Amino acid sequence: MDSKLRAILPDQELLKLYQQMVLSREFEESCAEQYTKGHITGFLHLYSGQEAVAVGATAGLHKDDYILSAYREHAQAIVRGADPKRVMAELFGKATGICKGKGGSMHLFDPGLSFMGGYAIVGGQFPIAVGLAFAAKYRKEDRISACFFGDGAVNQGTFHEGLNWARLWNLPVLFVCENNFYGIGTEVHRSSALADIHKRACGYDIPAVRIDGMDVMAVYEAVKWGVDWVRENSRPYLIEAMTYRFRGHSMADPGKYRSAAEVELWKARDPIVGFAKRLADERIATGEQLEVIREKAAAIVQEAVKFAEESPWPEDDEVYKDIYV
Amino acid sequence: MPQLNMVQAINLALREEMERDDRVVLLGEDVGKDGGVFRVTEGLFDRFGAERLIDTPLSESAIVGAAVGMAVYGLLPVAEIQFMGFVYSAFDQIFAHAARLRSRSRSRFTVPLVVRAPYGGGIKAPELHEESTEAFFCHMPGVKVVIPSGPYVAKGLLVSAIRDPDPVIFLEPTRLYRLIKEEVPEGEYAVPLGKARIVREGSKVTVVAWGSMLERVMKAVEGYDAEVIDPLTLSPFDWETLLASVRETGRLVIVHEAQFTGGFGAEIAATVAQEAILYLRAPVVRVASPDVHVPLAKLVEHYLPSVERIRGTVDEVMKY
Repeated sequence: MDSKLRAILPDQELLKLYQQMVLSREFEESCAEQYTKGHITGFLHLYSGQEAVAVGATAGLHKDDYILSAYREHAQAIVRGADPKRVMAELFGKATGICKGKGGSMHLFDPGLSFMGGYAIVGGQFPIAVGLAFAAKYRKEDRISACFFGDGAVNQGTFHEGLNWARLWNLPVLFVCENNFYGIGTEVHRSSALADIHKRACGYDIPAVRIDGMDVMAVYEAVKWGVDWVRENSRPYLIEAMTYRFRGHSMADPGKYRSAAEVELWKARDPIVGFAKRLADERIATGEQLEVIREKAAAIVQEAVKFAEESPWPEDDEVYKDIYV
Repeated sequence: MPQLNMVQAINLALREEMERDDRVVLLGEDVGKDGGVFRVTEGLFDRFGAERLIDTPLSESAIVGAAVGMAVYGLLPVAEIQFMGFVYSAFDQIFAHAARLRSRSRSRFTVPLVVRAPYGGGIKAPELHEESTEAFFCHMPGVKVVIPSGPYVAKGLLVSAIRDPDPVIFLEPTRLYRLIKEEVPEGEYAVPLGKARIVREGSKVTVVAWGSMLERVMKAVEGYDAEVIDPLTLSPFDWETLLASVRETGRLVIVHEAQFTGGFGAEIAATVAQEAILYLRAPVVRVASPDVHVPLAKLVEHYLPSVERIRGTVDEVMKY
């Protein structure tokens, strides 16, 4: 049997996508446990269920392309290359964290990886992504901005302002909407007059597509095509990936607004399970090999938790650093 | 009489005002079907329906702006901003419009609007989810700024705010939401806006604090002959009560969790210097957070004024 997957990527790359999705899931589920234990405090928004988007999209981007995201961004950072140990330490608020334990879950940042931040204010990232793209074009650098956002963000003024500017000045921005159907507890059709978010790009003369965000290969192919198009034309493009979060908005969310049947329906489309089946069906890996990948990912996460636990707290003095006072 | 926490007390105030007057409508992100992220509006959607419990898109500017329009028409909107750190995109609607329409219309109409927002630190989330930037709003002529410090006053102040003809920024200290329970009567009572409360009488030093700091101040002044004043409304401020107290005690410590520079404590210190300097036996001292963004987790305890820091300052002022 011809492998459809192999026609797109070599085995090694396919397994890397699987590894990244599994690592993301293990990481997030471990975060939930650490939150319950009180090791992670504040607001914790988990990515479980949406892995195909971050993993497929990051694979489709070039290494130097900027990534900006919202506050559900642990996986985005890790998949881009952030060390899970230092991300976990950040969530704990430890000195060894990726942001010295001062930013926490919602404000991950690593300019060395061109990871330009999680943004806790919904829609805060749009104009910044546009500005980065402007600067890249101005400096004639081969770099685009990938701006990830949720379905809730499209009703902020910054979405409309950002899209308009991006097209007006023909800036290389790839907008990626992760439509998981809910802004906290409010369904997308109860907050958006036009719930088909990709269609909104028409209002700014930006081409757009809606894709299956539970299928990592669909995301990869769409993003790769989009990235090439944005580069070639130096113009913005928008992708709407339909996805679902398996957990509540945050750990504090009782999640009464969704029926158990609805959640189960989407869990049956788990992006990891689905991809594992395809890898096995196309004889790219056996179930046992995939299980080894999962175990290794779990060990990485375990090590990350241990690192975070054993890391020191920041000194009180740290409060006064990284700002002029 | 029922013992309620602040979430329940605010919920009760909203419910009773909505029952009393069908002009009262609530709008904000997740306030309706979901019951609000802090559960403040829980149960109100079932009782009053989607027409009066309006789930809005994530559009803070439109939440406040639309509420201004409703208010001008004669409704009594209570807009919720999910966290104070989310209010900045609505700043223009508050500062440029809500605050000015009474004046701009030469009093032909007012803007009876309440903007509620959870605010303040100590819930172990960083910066935008722990903001205390009340001074921004105190700088705006035309809006009132109210900060309750417990369940009883929260209910009474919210009732007054809803009935007030002008825009009120109503800031609810998140750290207190479930920390304190008090007797909160059902039915009508109002705590007036613009009137401070003497929480503890004393004669040697005046300590003024609001919101979640009051609870720490009460612990800090144990053993001192301190008068504690809770302004409840920062703008317009009850200068009469504060100045009378300072003229008596001759000492003033101001405690707020907002950053030091340009915090509302500066306004208090300046006014006391102007109106009562000859009564002072010690410099007016501010205990505030440092001029940095609210840090995460453990560092926030270093950042916020602690009981020890407040007590230390009171002690220094007493020994001056």
